[in-house]
Amino acid sequence: MDAQLGERLWRFHGGVRLPHEKPMSLAADPEFAGVPPVLVVPLRQHRGDAAEPVVRVGETVNRGQLIGEAHPGRITARVHAPATGVVTAIERREVIHPSGLPELCVEIETRAGGTDEDLPPLDWQTCDRQALIDRIWEAGIVGLGGAVFPTHIKVDPPPETPVDLLIVNGAECEPYIAADETLMRHRPKDVIRGALMVARATGAARTVVAVEDQMGAVEHILRKTERDLGAEDLQIVKVPTIYPEGGERQLIRVLTGKEVPSGGLPLDVGLLSINVGTAVAAYHAVEHGRPLISRMVTVTGRGIRQPGNFEALIGTPVSYLIERAGGYDDDIRKLVMGGPMMGVPLPHDDLPIMKATNALLGLVDYEVTRKAPELPCIRCMACERVCPAQLLPQQLLWYTQQGDFEQVEAHALFDCIECGCCAFACPSQIPLVDYYRYAKSEIRARAVERARAAHARHRHEVREERLEREQERRARRLQKKREKLRDRKAKQAEIQAAIQRSKARRKSGEESDDAL
Amino acid sequence: MSGILAFGVLALVLGLVLGLLAQRLRGGDEDQEVVDQIDQLLPQTQCGQCGYPGCRPYAEAIAAGEADINRCPPGGEAGVRALADLLAVEPKPLDPDCGEPAPPMVAVIDETICIGCRLCIQACPVDAILGAPKRMHTVIEAECTGCELCVEPCPVDCISMVEPTPNPQTWRYRKDRLKVRVENRTTA
Repeated sequence: MDAQLGERLWRFHGGVRLPHEKPMSLAADPEFAGVPPVLVVPLRQHRGDAAEPVVRVGETVNRGQLIGEAHPGRITARVHAPATGVVTAIERREVIHPSGLPELCVEIETRAGGTDEDLPPLDWQTCDRQALIDRIWEAGIVGLGGAVFPTHIKVDPPPETPVDLLIVNGAECEPYIAADETLMRHRPKDVIRGALMVARATGAARTVVAVEDQMGAVEHILRKTERDLGAEDLQIVKVPTIYPEGGERQLIRVLTGKEVPSGGLPLDVGLLSINVGTAVAAYHAVEHGRPLISRMVTVTGRGIRQPGNFEALIGTPVSYLIERAGGYDDDIRKLVMGGPMMGVPLPHDDLPIMKATNALLGLVDYEVTRKAPELPCIRCMACERVCPAQLLPQQLLWYTQQGDFEQVEAHALFDCIECGCCAFACPSQIPLVDYYRYAKSEIRARAVERARAAHARHRHEVREERLEREQERRARRLQKKREKLRDRKAKQAEIQAAIQRSKARRKSGEESDDAL
Repeated sequence: MSGILAFGVLALVLGLVLGLLAQRLRGGDEDQEVVDQIDQLLPQTQCGQCGYPGCRPYAEAIAAGEADINRCPPGGEAGVRALADLLAVEPKPLDPDCGEPAPPMVAVIDETICIGCRLCIQACPVDAILGAPKRMHTVIEAECTGCELCVEPCPVDCISMVEPTPNPQTWRYRKDRLKVRVENRTTA
């Protein structure tokens, strides 16, 4: 089996060929972007629950210090101070999200000096698996490929589904984005060691690093590093550049011919895939004890003066990073977080870089203007032919427009990876992905509403029960009292006692005024 | 002739057997199940706008055929449609006597005015208000169903209904960005 891997490649359904725009940002060597005067670090940068702030306004924090604590049992991740400085605010700020809704952020005014609060380094080759997983949790590592799923959960598969093959995903398929390629070109040792370390943490039997065939020297560099490090059991496979090759399911299909079941996980077929950047971040967390406080960001596009790749601290303002890349070109029309196919358009540049921010893309006039207005669907099936998830995009559109979300779900909307191939291929210029994102948000919001209703029902029932219990108790007490008063002598005694009690109360009331 | 007679007798006997069995096997559980299913579709605000003291009593009334399906403004037109689908009847417009459908709101207590009388706490159907006698009260936003039952009992009018704080979990992708209007299925 081992020898076969990479010898034969499969094809995934659909996909499109896009112009290769990565070299634009790869001309210059990657640089550290520097420490901006103010960092704004969101406490929810990952899938799941937000982290809880554990610092106070006015407090001095050191680089690497924990500022957001999270619950280990939940889907969430820790957040650390990217630089030394003073916390100047903990409040809701606008972050990069299509909703534009504010998230709780920690604002840090950076200062020179201070000490680094790194974690103690571990020897990844000798320490046990659990120590590696714990460290990945401690360092707040999340998937840097885009889904930002907490990595400590991912690398800890349940015992009943062991990992046969670990795929380190270097097939960065969006045109323009070259953050992972930069890592593989300039820090190949970290990539290879990161891959080996994650393999150890997951207990994977085999490991493969996938790169695209248009990445040129990357494959050669990795192979050479692999030889130098004596990591021969690692395999490096070149896959053809067809968008969205780097999609988890698509890459799995190409490498192994396996299909991940609808609604299932790669683990169901014994596979686990992890992004190159995530492997490197996890490696640094273990080897150097460095929490996830910076990441590689591609700043590129024809709307940027000097495109390049930058190691940017989390919380760096987008405007600061753009400035580092020579600023905007006069022709810029649109700024996007991510690539042209799946990116989120940014309303302005006063937003912080997050763990998920892999690229900033400046697009110019002719790249954003539509060739024609949106027209009705003519059911030509062009979208169906390019859909890498093998869905029926035209049916999904139809049911979404009808508001029939049951049918939308039945047509496996949640298998849609929002790659944008359908909208790219559509001759009617229909922004199909916008419809799917709308349908997904609607279905999710409705599920939340249903859960809320069930919760309210439960609370109402519990309250009703309590009121009933109280009423019963009151009735019983009354009953008892009545029985007592039946006897005339006892009645007299009761009355006397009550008079005494009230007298005593009046007296004490005069002495000390009741606070209530 | 004898054939018609034979089949007639057969039909009569089988009909009788089936009828008896149906009566025998049909328990009270089935009614409960219908009530549960109806209750599942109601928004659980417990607001009483339908004229019943809570969602479950309304569900029971619908199941018993005593109440119409269009008496729940918080459920909106979509709620009526869901009930109509379940009960296989024609959907109808909301009964204006029960109130207008409105976007979901939550109650907020103006804590500078609150005198701590506990009347709102007694009125709240889901125990979403917290407070002690003669101490300031407050609404737990996450638990509030927006039923407005606390507004009227307040002697100092310190409770107002406001829009809930938006959060990414309940946020909906902007419909207005889509050129073709997204319509609701059965209203068209």
